[in-house]
Formats: sequence, structure tokens, C-alpha cells
Amino acid sequence: MTAPLLELKNISKQFAQRLDMAGRIAQKLGANVRDEVVHAVDRVDLAIQPGEVVGLVGESGCGKSTLGRVVCGIHPQTSGERWWQGVNVDALSAADKRAMQLQVQMIFQDPYASLNPRYRVENIIGEAPVVHGLVDRRQQQEYVASMMQKVGLDPSLARRFPHQFSGGQRARIGIARALAVKPKFLVCDEAVAALDVSIQAQVLNLFIQLREELKLTYLFISHDLGVVRHLSDRVVIMYLGRVVETAPAEELFSQPNHPYTQALLAEVPSLDVRKKDFVAIKGEIPSPLHPPSGCHFHPRCPHAMERCKIEAPVLKTIAVNRQSACHLNE
Amino acid sequence: MSAVLTVDNLRTHFFTKAGVVKAVDDVSFSIERGKILGLVGESGSGKSMTGYSIMGLIDAPGRIVEGRIVLNGQDITSLPMDQWRKLRGNRVAMIFQDPMMTLNPVLRIDTQMIEAVLAHHDISKAAARDRCRAALVQVGIPSPDERLASYPHQFSGGMRQRVAIAIALLNKPDVIIADEPTTALDVTIQGQILFEMQKLCRESGTALIWITHDLSVVAGLADEVAVMYAGKIVENGHVSAVLDKPLHPYTKGLLESVPSRNVKGTPLKQIPGMTPSLLSIGNGCAFRERCGYRSGECEVAPPISHPYPDRGVRCVHPQA
Repeated sequence: MTAPLLELKNISKQFAQRLDMAGRIAQKLGANVRDEVVHAVDRVDLAIQPGEVVGLVGESGCGKSTLGRVVCGIHPQTSGERWWQGVNVDALSAADKRAMQLQVQMIFQDPYASLNPRYRVENIIGEAPVVHGLVDRRQQQEYVASMMQKVGLDPSLARRFPHQFSGGQRARIGIARALAVKPKFLVCDEAVAALDVSIQAQVLNLFIQLREELKLTYLFISHDLGVVRHLSDRVVIMYLGRVVETAPAEELFSQPNHPYTQALLAEVPSLDVRKKDFVAIKGEIPSPLHPPSGCHFHPRCPHAMERCKIEAPVLKTIAVNRQSACHLNE
Repeated sequence: MSAVLTVDNLRTHFFTKAGVVKAVDDVSFSIERGKILGLVGESGSGKSMTGYSIMGLIDAPGRIVEGRIVLNGQDITSLPMDQWRKLRGNRVAMIFQDPMMTLNPVLRIDTQMIEAVLAHHDISKAAARDRCRAALVQVGIPSPDERLASYPHQFSGGMRQRVAIAIALLNKPDVIIADEPTTALDVTIQGQILFEMQKLCRESGTALIWITHDLSVVAGLADEVAVMYAGKIVENGHVSAVLDKPLHPYTKGLLESVPSRNVKGTPLKQIPGMTPSLLSIGNGCAFRERCGYRSGECEVAPPISHPYPDRGVRCVHPQA
């Protein structure tokens, strides 16, 4: 087997809110105050094969976007290692690291906020490839036109500003910008969440088509299970910073193992379920500042036992290509 | 059973410098007690404006130019402002998409809720407070006394939306209009809210208009559905009938573009083009530019026809 395109080994990302001056003085005087630390991503292992589409699913605050940003190198990880094609990224020289980073591009959620409103489309798409020396400045115009065509935009609109485009077109500009530096790996962070249903289908089709054309690998972050099911080969479910289950897409949707996955799937409204009786999962998503002890899901889990409150379950292989973190599997 | 709310040929137009925007253009529907109507459409289709029109919340340059809104047998279309105030929040209430925008951030929850009760009822403050407490319990908020004394920022998104729902319920209205109330929420929290709303309609007989772009939510929640496109209802009927046998090409296209209706990994069926600007539709069917069944007849705006009982469609080539 070839090395995975990208591998995360025991990646953690913490955000700390440092104490201010008053806090530090109070601490010196013996007050019970500490730095507030959020464990946004907690010891995640993930290997992605070339050409694979991995769906990353979870509710808000579960750390899925943070993980995506760590993958792209936008956030440095607090601990753990990133490996790219069998090489430890953090051991690379700065120049090599930059070259590697260019291979991993991100498509952001908000097609309004992620485009510079004062740049013309030709600069938005064309700036990075010129800066990185992929394209000569004189060929920039031509290159931008070809990129725009690739994502289904009319190249004659290159001189326009982002506000002159609709939401769907803006999403395409974001995709063209990411593709302009010829990446191998795309992280799509809720890339279709802000779009209307009919436009969403158009953009999803573009993703499928580009994957085949350019042999791309995707990490597709979304809370929409329908979209993830359609697109992904494999699905990873996160809850409060930890991976709770990973499985091939079809298996996960037909036989979810982890109680959280089961609950999540039961809540997804479906076109074919009419006038259903909604049953609510009890409780709220806990704050990642003060996650519950043991298994993070235990306060909401219908099968919670004493053990779940004390001991965090580890991610165990339960079948071929399937892993789940739950004490019930023992 | 008679309808609690009937909307008849409603037209809400906005008179802007660039031209007349027909945000709501000839919309008719009615809803009975305890029933749920799903009003579905994409952004700009006029579904929220229909809700605002019923609430009497249309501001200049917009105005209701034609049509009737009848609530409990009373025509409320052209009520004077002071009479509107007696109805709004009392007989009809609205829940908005973003609860952070609808709750006043500098007032405690109890202040805001008691105000809503006292505006319509001549009761003591203590009695009003009891009523608020009961409403919070009804929407499933734990430890209501503590929560009454909290500020909006102390609640999570889902809890805030529950408070907004509780405020809508306070005066036991006949009709609640919910404008995308779960769009900003996570699926598990959305499930909880849908559960509460469903229970409520069953128990109190409140009629609910659920405005959304999510057909799957409508499938699970609503009795009736009306699909809007460019200011018009293009198709309406019972949920099962519309979702299983869509007649209008737009409804059909929408349903086919939902990922779960497509074979995994294959390209999704898509509706070409994009929603037209409401300024540039001209005469004729607004969907004709994106429609695969377009013909010469589409250059004239199609009237609503009723191929089956309780079923309406605005198309000259209804599909079956």
C-alpha cells in the first residue's frame, strides 16, 4: 500500500485564553483562577488516501473546522504530527513546507466574507499563482480565464468585483481561487452550506466533476449528512473535539455504531419520512470549555453507564475499515 | 372545519427607484386550526415577505396593493395601526430566524416576556410572570425561574430560539408564523425544536406556518405545503401528494436535486441557471428561463389550475 496522501498523528489543538493582569495578580494572591483552555481538537488520528473523499461531520463547536484549518496549516497544531506523502511536514525546511502547503488548499464556508471585496475577480484568482511563480505575470489573464472556465464562470466577468456576483457564482470564485495553485488536496469547510438547494446541487456537481478531472482528494467538512453521504467514500464523525466513529459512507449510514451517530442519523429530516413524531435527543451540546468527564457524550447518551462517566473510550477497530469509540463495543 | 387564516390574492409590492418589485404576487392559501403549512422557497422567492404581510410588518417603500388577509372571519388587511397592535403578538405571532436579533440584549428575559403579556392583558405582574414561567416550561426549558432572570447572551442558540418560541406562545395566538426558525441550529437541536412545535400544534390547536427552504423538514412536519417561486405560489397541496408527485417543473427540479434522491457519487440532477431578479421577469412564467418544458405558451403568465382536488399548480405543462 502506498503512503496516505495526508496523515494526522495524534493531533491536538488547544486555544488558551490567557489571564489578564488582574487575573494574574489574583492568582498570585491565591485566587482560584486559571487560563481558560478549549480543547478544540483532542488527539485525532486520520489518514487520507490519494483520491479519497472523506466527509467530516459534527455539530457546531465540535472542532471540525479547526481540524480542517490545522490540515491546511492555517492553525499550527498544539501537539501531534502532520505527514504529507510519507514525510513529516513539521520536520521540513521552510521552503519545502511552503511548497507542501500549496498542495493543500481550503474552500471557505461564507462566499461573501471569504472574498476580498476590493479585489477584482482576476486578482482574487490570479494573485496566488503569480506570487508563487506558477504562472508568469504576462500569462495571468489567460490563466485566470482558463480557471474561470473550469469552474463554470464566464471569463468575460474577470474584471468584476465580488459583490456583482450571486452566492453560487461567488462559491465558484472561491473554488477557482483554491484550484489556481494546482493543489492535490482540497479542504472544503461547509462549502455549500450558504447556498440555495438548486444552486447547491450545481456546486456539488462541480466538486464531483473536478475530482475526476484533476484527480483531487477532498476533506469535505459539513453538518449536512445528505450532502456528505452523496459525496464521500468515508465518513468521520466528531463530537466535542474527538473522533467518535469512522466508517465507509454506506456502512455508516446503514449501520451506525456509536450512540451519537445513531442519534444524529435519527434526527436528520428526510424527504421520505412524512409527519413523523420527532423525538428529541436530550440535552445540549456541552461547552468545549468544560467538557463532561469520561466519554464526552455520556450526559446525552441513552446507554450511559457508570464507566462512561469516568473513563474516556478509545477509538477501536470494530470491523474492516471501521472504528468507533464506545464502551458498548467491549 | 373552517379556516382560521385565509389569504386571498395577496400582492405586496415594493416601489423602488429601479422599478416595482413584486415580492408577493397573487398568493392565496388558507390554514385550519392545529394544522401546519410548510411555505417553501429559495432566497428571494417572497416566502418571508408573505409572513411579514400577514403580520402587518411591511414598511415603505413596500405596501400591500391587493388582496385580503382574513383572520377568524375578520378582514385585517387594512386595519389602522392601533388595532394592528392589539392583534400582533396576541392573535398572530411570529418567530424569526435569528433569535439574537429578536431578543433585546440589554433586558432580562422576564422583562421582555412580561411586557408581551401586559401589552395585551390587564392582569397583575405576578400573574403575568406565572404565565411566562409556564410558557418556558412548555417549550422544555429546564429551571425556568433561574432562566427568567437571565439575559439573552447567557443562553445557547437553541435555548434562545426556545425563548423566542415561548414569547410567541405567551398569548396563545391562533396563528404562529415561523420564519426559518431552525436554519441556524444543529440537527439535534433542530430535532428538539421540531418536537416542541409539533406537540404544541397538537395540544393547543394553534395553526402554524413554517417558512423554510428545507423540503426535508417540511416532509416530516407539515400537513400542507406551498412552494413559492419569484413571488408566486407555483404549487400547493398535501405534503405527500406534492412530494411524491410534483406537478410543477420547479418543484420536480428541487426534489430531484436533493442528494438523498440521487444515486451516490453520480452528478446530482440540477436546475440550470439561477433565480431571476424580481425586476426583470417581465410577463410570462417566471420559471421559463430555467425550465426544460418551455414553450410559446409560457410567455403568458400561467393561471393557477387544479388538476386534482386540494391541489393547485401554476404551469401550462403540469408533469405527472
